[in-house]
Amino acid sequence: MSVTTVQPVPEDQAKKNIQRRKSKNIRLQIYGLSAIGTAVLLLGILFSSLLYTGASAFTQTHLTFDVKIDPNLVKEDDIFGSNFRGIVRSGLYSLFPEVTNPRDQRQLGDIPSNGAQFTLRDRVVEDPSLIGQTVSITVPVSDAFDQFYKGVIPRDVPEEQRKVSDKQIVWWDQLVDNGQVSKPFNWTLLFSADSRFPELAGLSGAIVGSFYALLVCFLISFPVGIAAAVYLEEFAPKNRWTDLIEVNINNLAAVPSVVFGLLGLAVFLQFFGLPRSAPLVGGMVLSLMTLPTIIITTRAALKAVPPSIREGGFGIGASHQQVVMHHVLPLAMPGILTGTIIGLAQALGETAPLLLIGMNAFITSAPGGIMESATALPTQIFIWADSPERGFVARTSAAILVLIGFLVVMNLIAVVLRQRFQRKW
Amino acid sequence: MFGTTALAILVLAIVGFILARGFATSRAAVDGTKLNSLPSYYGTYVALWTGVPALLLILLWSALQEKVLNTIVMGTFPDEMLAGMGTGQLQLLLSEIRSIAGGRIFGEPAPEVLRAAEMLITMQNSADYAMIVVGCAAAVLGLVFTRSQLSNDFRARTRVESFVKVAMILCSIFAILVTVGIVFSLLFESYRFFQMVPWYEFFFGLSWEPQIPMRDDQVAGAGAFGAVPVFLGTIVVATIAMLFATPIGLLSAIYMAEYATPKFRDIVKPILEILAGIPTVVYGFFAVLTVAPALRQMGASIGMDVAANSALAAGGVMGIMIIPFISSLSDDALRAVPHSMREGSYGLGATKAETITAVLFPAALPGIVGGILLAVSRAIGETMIVVMAAGLIASLTVNPFSAVTTVTVQIVTLLIGDTEFDSPKTLAAFALGLVLFVATLCLNVLALRIVQKYREKYD
Amino acid sequence: MSSESIEPTAFEQAKDSSKVTVQASPSAGTGKAKMKGRKVTVFYGEKQALFDVDIDIMENEVTALIGPSGCGKSTFLRCLNRMNDVVDICRVHGEIIMDGKDIYDRDVDVVHLRARVGMVFQKPNPFPKSIYENVAYGPRIHGLTRNKSELDEIVETSLQKAGLWNEAKDRLNQPGTGLSGGQQQRLCIARAIAVAPEVILMDEPCSALDPIATAKIEDLIHELRENYTIAIVTHSMQQAARVSQKTAFFHLGNLVEYGETEQIFTNPKEERTQGYITGRFG
Repeated sequence: MSVTTVQPVPEDQAKKNIQRRKSKNIRLQIYGLSAIGTAVLLLGILFSSLLYTGASAFTQTHLTFDVKIDPNLVKEDDIFGSNFRGIVRSGLYSLFPEVTNPRDQRQLGDIPSNGAQFTLRDRVVEDPSLIGQTVSITVPVSDAFDQFYKGVIPRDVPEEQRKVSDKQIVWWDQLVDNGQVSKPFNWTLLFSADSRFPELAGLSGAIVGSFYALLVCFLISFPVGIAAAVYLEEFAPKNRWTDLIEVNINNLAAVPSVVFGLLGLAVFLQFFGLPRSAPLVGGMVLSLMTLPTIIITTRAALKAVPPSIREGGFGIGASHQQVVMHHVLPLAMPGILTGTIIGLAQALGETAPLLLIGMNAFITSAPGGIMESATALPTQIFIWADSPERGFVARTSAAILVLIGFLVVMNLIAVVLRQRFQRKW
Repeated sequence: MFGTTALAILVLAIVGFILARGFATSRAAVDGTKLNSLPSYYGTYVALWTGVPALLLILLWSALQEKVLNTIVMGTFPDEMLAGMGTGQLQLLLSEIRSIAGGRIFGEPAPEVLRAAEMLITMQNSADYAMIVVGCAAAVLGLVFTRSQLSNDFRARTRVESFVKVAMILCSIFAILVTVGIVFSLLFESYRFFQMVPWYEFFFGLSWEPQIPMRDDQVAGAGAFGAVPVFLGTIVVATIAMLFATPIGLLSAIYMAEYATPKFRDIVKPILEILAGIPTVVYGFFAVLTVAPALRQMGASIGMDVAANSALAAGGVMGIMIIPFISSLSDDALRAVPHSMREGSYGLGATKAETITAVLFPAALPGIVGGILLAVSRAIGETMIVVMAAGLIASLTVNPFSAVTTVTVQIVTLLIGDTEFDSPKTLAAFALGLVLFVATLCLNVLALRIVQKYREKYD
Repeated sequence: MSSESIEPTAFEQAKDSSKVTVQASPSAGTGKAKMKGRKVTVFYGEKQALFDVDIDIMENEVTALIGPSGCGKSTFLRCLNRMNDVVDICRVHGEIIMDGKDIYDRDVDVVHLRARVGMVFQKPNPFPKSIYENVAYGPRIHGLTRNKSELDEIVETSLQKAGLWNEAKDRLNQPGTGLSGGQQQRLCIARAIAVAPEVILMDEPCSALDPIATAKIEDLIHELRENYTIAIVTHSMQQAARVSQKTAFFHLGNLVEYGETEQIFTNPKEERTQGYITGRFG
């Protein structure tokens, strides 16, 4: 056998070789960095487009003007049957006495929101002595003018492509010049329930609905999840059954959420006849999805408690359950709570299963309990995103920002919990 | 009614606790007696047996009361009257009776219906009272019986612990019950669907038009349930998502695991994880609001017609959502490769890139593949993004610029609004759900198995 | 061969280097066997860890269990209060008789057994609670007291017996984990004493401690012997010689030799014992 000797590579070629290899290394780094950059950029675009469109919904254009509460139109014994619409209109007409043509007057009447009459009515209900007086009211303007004033619909759009006519623009500018137009923070968004009119639509119904659903979800998944995790981690013998349960839980965590919705529809609504659209059912469905998360994190938290603590308990004659209840579980609690909050945050953002059990109904008041029809934050976002009115675009973004605000708060609590109570063994 | 009964049972349980604990403390006070357990265990034992069975009983009661009453009420109608009615009409009749019983009368109900409603009211009242009586009786029975068991060497702690253990076992089994519930409800409704629509049409038919007429005189498509276009659409969208997410996720993972300084990691990793924490409805809106119009404009500028709800927009946005899954799972896989392998490669004079491509990547491949499979399962199961951004009409195409529909979109659109459980339209959603469940389950099991094997190798 | 082998036996060395005088006379105890192991055999899964161990743990004496790592001495110790029950794969055969009753009998409540046979572990493992709570926990779960003042008394006497009272009396509400290693171990001993056990098992109680803390624990063991029966697993032959009256030498799961400590260290009957004691293996 002949011994082949390795021919030394010529020096310049070796140098080139190394150069080539080094640049390949740098190239890979650049690819990696640009991948990360792309992901971060996309996240940035997502947030900035939401902020950009959503910011305007946090203010609402209001119009202030005087109305005379005509005793002929309002009867004290039948306030709810009175024609407040007419009162609001005539208040507006008196601002522009030169407008007499009924068609133009109708256009003028389109400026304030349809809700203006109810704002006025509520005030009179509260204080019937106002009948016969002239009062100054500040009411939201209708969506078209809100969008126009905020610049979402520019002036240079041809008249036939916008809802605000040229005549209306002239009147509007006059109102602005008189200082009758204001743009305060949009409390309606947070404290009113849904409405067909964007300027009157708010999230309170959805927030309350989500709260109830999460409450139900927590009340079910927290105890059941902890009990299951404690059993599997501390007591269960290692056999085929417990293996099956474990595999099952891991798989359950990856089942698509819409399938849980199907389960809820078929079992809770169809079989048990529970009410449609109710936060109770929503919470039950969400709890099934949160359960695996809670079980998995609880087991991890239990595992992190060192065995020496358990031995210490056994050594002085504590029973297994006493050791777990008195020592292991309290020590694992911060970890368990962190996992629970993260699970609940996921549940808060979950939409598809809630759609299937009907939590996308159009409901104009906040639910009074877990059995009443309600929407939830994410389904409300879905409903608004589907609405054709221009004002709902901004409101959808704003609703998303509110939802993300809640998620951020929940996750911050989880992070703080983890850091405050993290124990190094 | 349920609330009152539950409260009464709770009070009884507390009474039981106090009684039993009092018994134990008084016995313990006698010198020389040694109780088997702490007094509070005696109390807990009695309280558990007083409260829990009774509470479960009334829970079951209130879950079934309505169903039972409905059956009884419907039973009062003469058979010949109901004979000609379909399920829908029966439902209508029942809800009419219910709303009359609830005090909301519309129009002039038939005398039989009024009679049935009256009967329902009386039955509801007596059932409510019966629930209180039965619930409290069960609680008292439990209290009296367990109280009579107590003695000095009654093993209260052991009994309580057995009770708790059984409860914990039931909670663990609950997780299995959920799976069983999913499988059964999907199978059951799918079975009914396949009785109306032959399975081969569903799995091999090329036309999907589920909007069948609600009334006989309506002129609409006759309803076609060939799900191939739907499956194809799902695959198209998922493929786009994966094509988009895999390179970005993988390259990010490689950079994070091998090149990044710890500080960079600490900052960027949470940022990427934000992507996973954003609710999908937000992504859906993002796709509609920003991505789809942008794509449309770009398409128009080069003279191409991009549909408003193109597969590309939905798939691309879904890809953004998937990135963190792939990057964090691949990151874990890469970091799990033992350090010795890296050192071996560096020892030969390999550059970092060479080490990564020739040593680490092949070694971590099973873990990465597992992660990608999990991501695929996510992509086909993802609902909101496609519901908002993809199309509703099923068309047999793989063109990413046209509108396609997916399994999840169809499930949601078929079930949103009123659902009648006897029309193939509703049941089709369950058949689709079954397909979705089985597909994702297979992917998950496969992925978990691969990842587990991989972990065992290096642990 | 290690350098130890050329030195005199560990026993002599221990006697020379320690101020503690060894009271090796059997009369120190009551002369009764507190616990009797009969044909104790332990399996971990398929692996047999103990082979037919027969031993009498004498009342009010300190019994040292020595032997090389993995010889089964800790396994045997853990059989004495059924700590091995916690391990899924562990099976115990044979019987261990305490006061005339086999502790592996079906009707024995492990919890009551462990209250009678307390245990102190290799690494001090106080609960992450206050010093007071650490000691009070046992009496509380066993219902040994009727009111707070009785509990206070138990805590105080237990800490006194464990020689920790003076150091701890002003900081009873501070976490037990804040104490030094030696103090923590004494806290664990106090915790064990608080439930008034008859036997205390110690599994290498000093292996994680420095020499000064070790000496304190050894003194403590001496004092405790008057009221308790003690079994201690130790790696240090000097320690075994210093604190025990009886010594049992385990090797590969077998009890090789058992007898008076002095006899084991000065005049072992078995060659393997001699080999271990002189440091030829282990």
